[in-house]
Amino acid sequence: MTSLRIFFIGGITAYRGLINWLSPWIFVPSLIVVPIFQILLFVFIGRSAGVQNDEFFAIGNAVQYASVPCLFAMTNAIAGERNQQTLAYILVSPSPRLPLFLGRALPVILNAMFVAAFSLAVTALILRLDIPPSTWAPIAIVIVISTFSCTGLGLICAAVGLRVRETAVLNNVIFGLLLIFTGANVPIEELPGWMQTVANSIPLTHGIQAAREVAQGASLADVDRLLATEFLIGVVYTFVGYQALRFMEHWSRKRASIQIA
Amino acid sequence: MRTLRLIGLGWLFQFKQMSRSSFDSFLAILWPIFFGTVAFFMFQQGGDPDALIYAGLGAAVMGIWTATSMAAGTSLQRERWLGTLELLVAAPQHFSLIILPVGLATSTIGVYCMVATILWGRLVFGIELTIEQPLLFALAIPATLLSVGALGFLIAVAFARYRHAWALGSMSEYPVWLICGFLVPLTLLPDWVRPISWLLAPTWGMNAIRDAATGAAPLADIAMCLLLGAAYVVIGVLVTDRVLHAARARASLSLT
Repeated sequence: MTSLRIFFIGGITAYRGLINWLSPWIFVPSLIVVPIFQILLFVFIGRSAGVQNDEFFAIGNAVQYASVPCLFAMTNAIAGERNQQTLAYILVSPSPRLPLFLGRALPVILNAMFVAAFSLAVTALILRLDIPPSTWAPIAIVIVISTFSCTGLGLICAAVGLRVRETAVLNNVIFGLLLIFTGANVPIEELPGWMQTVANSIPLTHGIQAAREVAQGASLADVDRLLATEFLIGVVYTFVGYQALRFMEHWSRKRASIQIA
Repeated sequence: MRTLRLIGLGWLFQFKQMSRSSFDSFLAILWPIFFGTVAFFMFQQGGDPDALIYAGLGAAVMGIWTATSMAAGTSLQRERWLGTLELLVAAPQHFSLIILPVGLATSTIGVYCMVATILWGRLVFGIELTIEQPLLFALAIPATLLSVGALGFLIAVAFARYRHAWALGSMSEYPVWLICGFLVPLTLLPDWVRPISWLLAPTWGMNAIRDAATGAAPLADIAMCLLLGAAYVVIGVLVTDRVLHAARARASLSLT
């Protein structure tokens, strides 16, 4: 029961405390307007280059942009403790670490889901995309799995953020790499072989493919392998992220460097 | 002469300061490369070699706007955090002469982005950019930097009393990339967008650079670019006066 309380209440409290800077003045420009313009940018580049269709870019970029809240908020929800001088208190508390760290991921996933779904819905209206209402619920499920998967990557960034000061640069670089490698704008089969290998082992790639197929009428059962792969990738990244957090905690205790980076 | 010296030294100081910031320099260089890479893959897939060259130049110039939009929005907030904003406002020189070099320095950082993206396109994607008119090309680049820097100055002062100016600055990145013809010809955009594009100096700067590279006549675009840059400076000075007056009247410069 205590673990569940730490997971849900502690996670939401920590998110509200550490992401208190996410006011509407930041949320609207950064997480509402920018993803819509990213989609429009690539839709028009696609038209200019004469490749794919509008739906391809709208779905790809909407799901890919979910990485912004996943990476930035997850990093801030843990590494932000250091900036607020509260990391030492967290690490000396007897709370079990698994709900303590993973509970913070839940609001991040919800936020990322909203960002992806809203930007897709708005651009679908602007561009008059033919995404049947019957596919919205399955697409939402795909987005949930994709954001969970990417939040695992965010957990790794959070662990790195316990030692690295420039987390904003790190997260932006990872966002840029996801833009190239996940197939949000370029079909995976068009990428060089080594890039395809990388693409198949990172979050969002399979989720984006699944979302595109679902939007074209496939059922969730038709894309179950893609979803299972995306979920598995998420589990692996979450596990690695959690272990990295424990390692960083151990390391910072050993070197007495909890507040130092 | 003293004014030019102040702007010159201010530009040098700000440029050196930004060059030491990994966010302002390292990320500003990498960011357009990420987008350029995606665009190169897309145009490569399209199979038109001319379109790939078109994208190569556009992606290179995108970096100038990236460097400016990201840094200009945060420039006054940074002074605020450093505790130097009040001192700069109280200085005997007009505040515009202190902030204008910030905008110019941000756009100058864009030269790094431009060179890096051209090299990336050449080395990784084999995009060979031939410059038909090197002198005019060399003239078009500083004209673009000056006008984009002036736009950065206008953004910086317009958002002076906005605590989260960085969010607005970064919000302007994609729209300008989209409507200024960096990677998408203006003819593909809806008609109502074009007048907005014409009011933005990057549109004319991009045209000038592209025309100089392809052998067309870029002088009119360069002139338009400089004219708009001058207009941004004039508007920026007027906005500065108004913003400072309001901040003094309400004692709200520090936004505490």
